[in-house]
Amino acid sequence: MLDDFFVRALVAGVGLALITGPLGCFIVWRRMAYFGDTMSHSALLGVALAFFFDINMILGVFLVATLVSIALLLLQRRGALSTDALLGILSHSALALGLVMVAFMTWVRIDLMGFLFGDILAVSRQDILVIYAGGALILGVLVWMWRPLLAATVSSELAEAEGMRPEVSRVILMLLMACVIAIAMKIVGILLITALLIIPAATARRFATTPEQMAVTASVLGATAVVSGLYGSLRFDTPSGPSIVVAALAFFLLSLLYGGRLKTRLTASDGSSK
Amino acid sequence: MEQAAAEPRTLVEARGIGLRRSGRWLVSDVDLAVRAGEILTLIGPNGSGKSTTAKIAVGILKADSGRVTRANGLRIGYVPQKLTIDWTLPLTVARLLTLTGRHGPAEVTQALDEVGIAHLAQSEVQHLSGGEFQRALLARAMIGKPDLLVLDEPVQGVDFAGEVALYNLIREIRDRTGCGILLISHDLHVVMAETDTVVCLNGHVCCRGTPESVAASPEYIQLFGSRAAETLAVYRHQHDHTHLPDGRIQRADGVILGDGHAHGDHAQCDHSQKIPLKTEPETKPLAEQASDETTRKPEAANAR
Repeated sequence: MLDDFFVRALVAGVGLALITGPLGCFIVWRRMAYFGDTMSHSALLGVALAFFFDINMILGVFLVATLVSIALLLLQRRGALSTDALLGILSHSALALGLVMVAFMTWVRIDLMGFLFGDILAVSRQDILVIYAGGALILGVLVWMWRPLLAATVSSELAEAEGMRPEVSRVILMLLMACVIAIAMKIVGILLITALLIIPAATARRFATTPEQMAVTASVLGATAVVSGLYGSLRFDTPSGPSIVVAALAFFLLSLLYGGRLKTRLTASDGSSK
Repeated sequence: MEQAAAEPRTLVEARGIGLRRSGRWLVSDVDLAVRAGEILTLIGPNGSGKSTTAKIAVGILKADSGRVTRANGLRIGYVPQKLTIDWTLPLTVARLLTLTGRHGPAEVTQALDEVGIAHLAQSEVQHLSGGEFQRALLARAMIGKPDLLVLDEPVQGVDFAGEVALYNLIREIRDRTGCGILLISHDLHVVMAETDTVVCLNGHVCCRGTPESVAASPEYIQLFGSRAAETLAVYRHQHDHTHLPDGRIQRADGVILGDGHAHGDHAQCDHSQKIPLKTEPETKPLAEQASDETTRKPEAANAR
């Protein structure tokens, strides 16, 4: 079954969407969207360094993304610049550094477009193994740490006062995110990873009444977006990564319509009852 | 109180704590201790370090000087001063209660029942009114049966009637569970009836003691103005008279009555006659007295 490249793409994409759902929820709740963007932009630097030192690429990306997030935390603590300015500096300079380094290394041939926008149709069996093993690990940590992670998200002071350790939660979320970026880079590309994290989570908000519901709904919506995006790219001969994001966006817009109509209906019935 | 004989255990004790930020001491040299079954209130103007002190006491902030000792295995329930839950996070009241610990549905219902909002269990927290949200936070803090409740301005955003009801609720919780309570408030006027000890802060401890003695102390009056002290008195008993040192009563209109407790409709209120009020009501213009009366009517009604 996995012999067909399209089936491999589907399996890999759905696997990734299952991970990005719950993690994306945390990013939305904690307002870390730009933070995630910054981390993923640094991935290209990770790729370049991995080639340079001849180490595993996923490991290289993970390390660089982690380093960038640590750098951000330290700069934030100094408090000289606002967080969004810091993020802007880190995000784009990491991306530019990556591009420059790749250009310098004339002895390696790097498919730049593949890294920037993903090449899901070139996914190998080994990639699928990495996605599902890494995904199991990430989801396992999320389930295991769910209560402290959520408590720290609602209020770090409250969590701290009642004997939890919000700083640990924060670091764990950062590491998980670096992990996801390393895994996802090949599938949707550096520039679009954050979309897969945020759009399904934002869409799921309208259909959920508890955080857990939202996480599961985001996974399901993400997987649906992957499947429809891939079929769309096959049908219309469009690039696969962007097609997935466009599909996710379509679901988001539909949810706005649904939410809006539901809301008007509710207020209308409210009005009539009064 | 009978508890005094048994010497209740000390839940948290801070000695000489201080916190420095960018070269300035936000608080310095604060001592405080909360014992089981006791309500300790921190009061002080905005920026006087009340929240900072409480945060050091529970361990959210690390003190730069001094020492904090907490009882072994102390369970803390905390109501933060500011808690905004982002709209993107779907959270029902029932789910809020199990945020930091696992509790069954029966426990959740009971905790909500105790604060009187059981009917809101399935509402989203973003849709609650100020008073309902504070009650939900209170229920959340006490569901884990804490030894120490730390309440940072628990009545903010609550109207006056709700304020009184919330403070009554807090006292009830203390009476029923025997937990210690560290309460933060920016003024004394409603808190005091339920409080055992008041610590008045303004970067350092200005004064401390029973609510009556703090309200009467010159430091408190200097910090809050004599009006604040008056307001306080108004809450406790309709302040239309003064206790003269010899035990007689002087009415606002200047008439001196002979007998200490002959004054009609609030003879049973529990104010202490022994506190000499530092302000001098005789010199106070009558007009101001009168306006006090009218603006504070609801409180006076409540005190009775």
